[in-house]
Amino acid sequence: MRLRGIGKAYGSTGVLHALDLDVRAGEFLTLVGPSGCGKSTLLRIIAGLEVQDAGSVEIGDRSVDDLLPGDRDVAMVFQSYALYPHLSVGRNIATPLEMQRLTLAERLPLLRSLSPRRPRIMRGIRAEVAAVAAQLRIDHLLERKPGQLSGGQRQRVALGRAMVRQPRLFLMDEPLSNLDAKLRVHMRGELADLHARLGATFVYVTHDQAEAMTMSDRIALMDSGRILQLGTPADLYDRPGSLAVAQFIGGPPINVIDALADGGGGVSVGPVALPVPCSLPAGTPIRLGIRPEAVELAGATDGESGLLPARLHRAENLGAEWILQCVLAGGDLLAARLSGAAYNAAALRPGSAVLLRIDGPHVHVFDVQGRRVPASAVSLAAGAA
Amino acid sequence: MSAVVPAAARSAGRRAPQSRLEAVAGTAFALPAAILILAVLIVPLMVLAVLSFTDYRLGAVGMKAVGLDNYAALFADGVFRRSLTNTFLYVAIVLPVSVFGALFIAILVQARARTRSFYEVVYFLPVTSTLVAMATVWQFMLHPALGPVGTLSVDLGFGRVDLLNDPDLALLALAAIGVWQVIGFNMVLFMAGLSVIPRDLYEAAALDRAGGAVDRFLTVTWPMLGPTTMFVTITSSITAFKVFDTVVVLTRGGPLGSTETLLYVLYLEGFQYFRIGYAAAMTMVLLAFLVALSVLQAFALDRKVHYQ
Repeated sequence: MRLRGIGKAYGSTGVLHALDLDVRAGEFLTLVGPSGCGKSTLLRIIAGLEVQDAGSVEIGDRSVDDLLPGDRDVAMVFQSYALYPHLSVGRNIATPLEMQRLTLAERLPLLRSLSPRRPRIMRGIRAEVAAVAAQLRIDHLLERKPGQLSGGQRQRVALGRAMVRQPRLFLMDEPLSNLDAKLRVHMRGELADLHARLGATFVYVTHDQAEAMTMSDRIALMDSGRILQLGTPADLYDRPGSLAVAQFIGGPPINVIDALADGGGGVSVGPVALPVPCSLPAGTPIRLGIRPEAVELAGATDGESGLLPARLHRAENLGAEWILQCVLAGGDLLAARLSGAAYNAAALRPGSAVLLRIDGPHVHVFDVQGRRVPASAVSLAAGAA
Repeated sequence: MSAVVPAAARSAGRRAPQSRLEAVAGTAFALPAAILILAVLIVPLMVLAVLSFTDYRLGAVGMKAVGLDNYAALFADGVFRRSLTNTFLYVAIVLPVSVFGALFIAILVQARARTRSFYEVVYFLPVTSTLVAMATVWQFMLHPALGPVGTLSVDLGFGRVDLLNDPDLALLALAAIGVWQVIGFNMVLFMAGLSVIPRDLYEAAALDRAGGAVDRFLTVTWPMLGPTTMFVTITSSITAFKVFDTVVVLTRGGPLGSTETLLYVLYLEGFQYFRIGYAAAMTMVLLAFLVALSVLQAFALDRKVHYQ
């Protein structure tokens, strides 16, 4: 699927700005971003539920701009599931097939009994519905009404209604956001499995970076109607193109502290020189993005330079590891990710003075506008030194 | 009262006194409503039922039980039987037109963006007006010589038609007025029902290839309006069954008894001829019809309209 120059505005408010996106066949692509970034609108334009003001949507090398939603060969799973409350689970899943294969007359009460081919078609539909239901393990629920199901079961029914058509493209609009936390994590795995099994193309919208990171082949991170960065989860995590991307991806969130380039290929935070490669002229203000795992505790007696002095504000126990919230001399907060063993060995209490060692090569350098300082400028520094 | 019971005794038998106290308090709270229901609904109904087995006449000193005589006379009475037929005919016209017509108008008006509230007010106006007062306007409208309807029918080549004085057409004219009176109310109810249908469902239907007007209606609108339709059908049929004021003001049951309805005949017997016992029997029959209708509709429709 291909998007070319998609633009959309409501009144004078621009929602999408000349947006291009190529989705590869069979890929799981996630549109992620804060609420109001235009990701849902984009999905609805792909589905045909909204009409773009500019640009074109192509599915399988063919423009679908003039096609109705039902003729685009796409299926959608809604945040609310949008199941037909008056129909049983089985009929809900069967609806797209009935609409496709039966004429209007064959669907009307009374009139439908006149059709000689209807029983045969309905048998076929029932078999396909049963097969899909078995795949989703909801085959024992086919007679129930949606109102009698739990959130997770409704979710599966909505998936079944999408799957039964065997569409070229699955569109999912925050399908997990109405589930409780535990079920959400579980369904994340199921959706990824389902994608692998079906081999179909998925376009998935979420505001949850964890969902995006765990399921996607590629992520398109959106903000203010534009795609900030498109890449694999590893790309976005390890090489964020901007401070906004770095801050959106990852939990606990990346630390951002102000620093100055020292002109000698490194940076300084206050009086402390950090081993972060940076070739910008001395005194250039920069912002450092430091992942919590790029921070570690240094023993006080090591006597090495380039350590940031801080005070432990709070320690959060995540079971296998700890997140230490430290306050730097300047008042900035810096979170460090520590293994349980390292935390216990350090025997810290809130208020303890600590020294933090920064893993320089893994620090992301941004200019004050939040743009990534190009790798050439960084490696150039390494070469000059 | 429980405060004076020693702590040990209280803990031993706590369950019983407390639940008894709750039962007493509950009864006390329910009592005013129960008395009210008894006084204004149950007792009058029972008095009515008893009267229907007597020959009581208003102002008479005594009365005597006549068993089922009133009911026997009722079903032998040609006037009553004709009024039954007329009433059913009237309901048979007013009910479908006012329900499906209101649904149709509601869907049309719902789609209007700017003029929506204008149409809502226009269609709702007849509901707010007094039917007796408006009936005089209808009398003028339908007057063969003075009214615009008469002039129109002449212009259209149907000749001079006197709707209210034509035995074949008078009931139809009253039914038209009945529809006019109730359709706005039904429309507002349907619009309320339409406004709570989630937009998601229409979008899901569009993706399921049920995006055309007919499919949208059959897949989403009609089933989702189930509860509204049930309510509208029951209230409209009860209103239609009780047609009275237009009969009194416009036709007085004529011409040739063609617009005599159940309630009008009942009114004549009870308040013009003072045959209270006979009128009570008639009321019981009317009541039986209304109850049967409500129960039937509730059972028939209820099974299909509730989803949760």
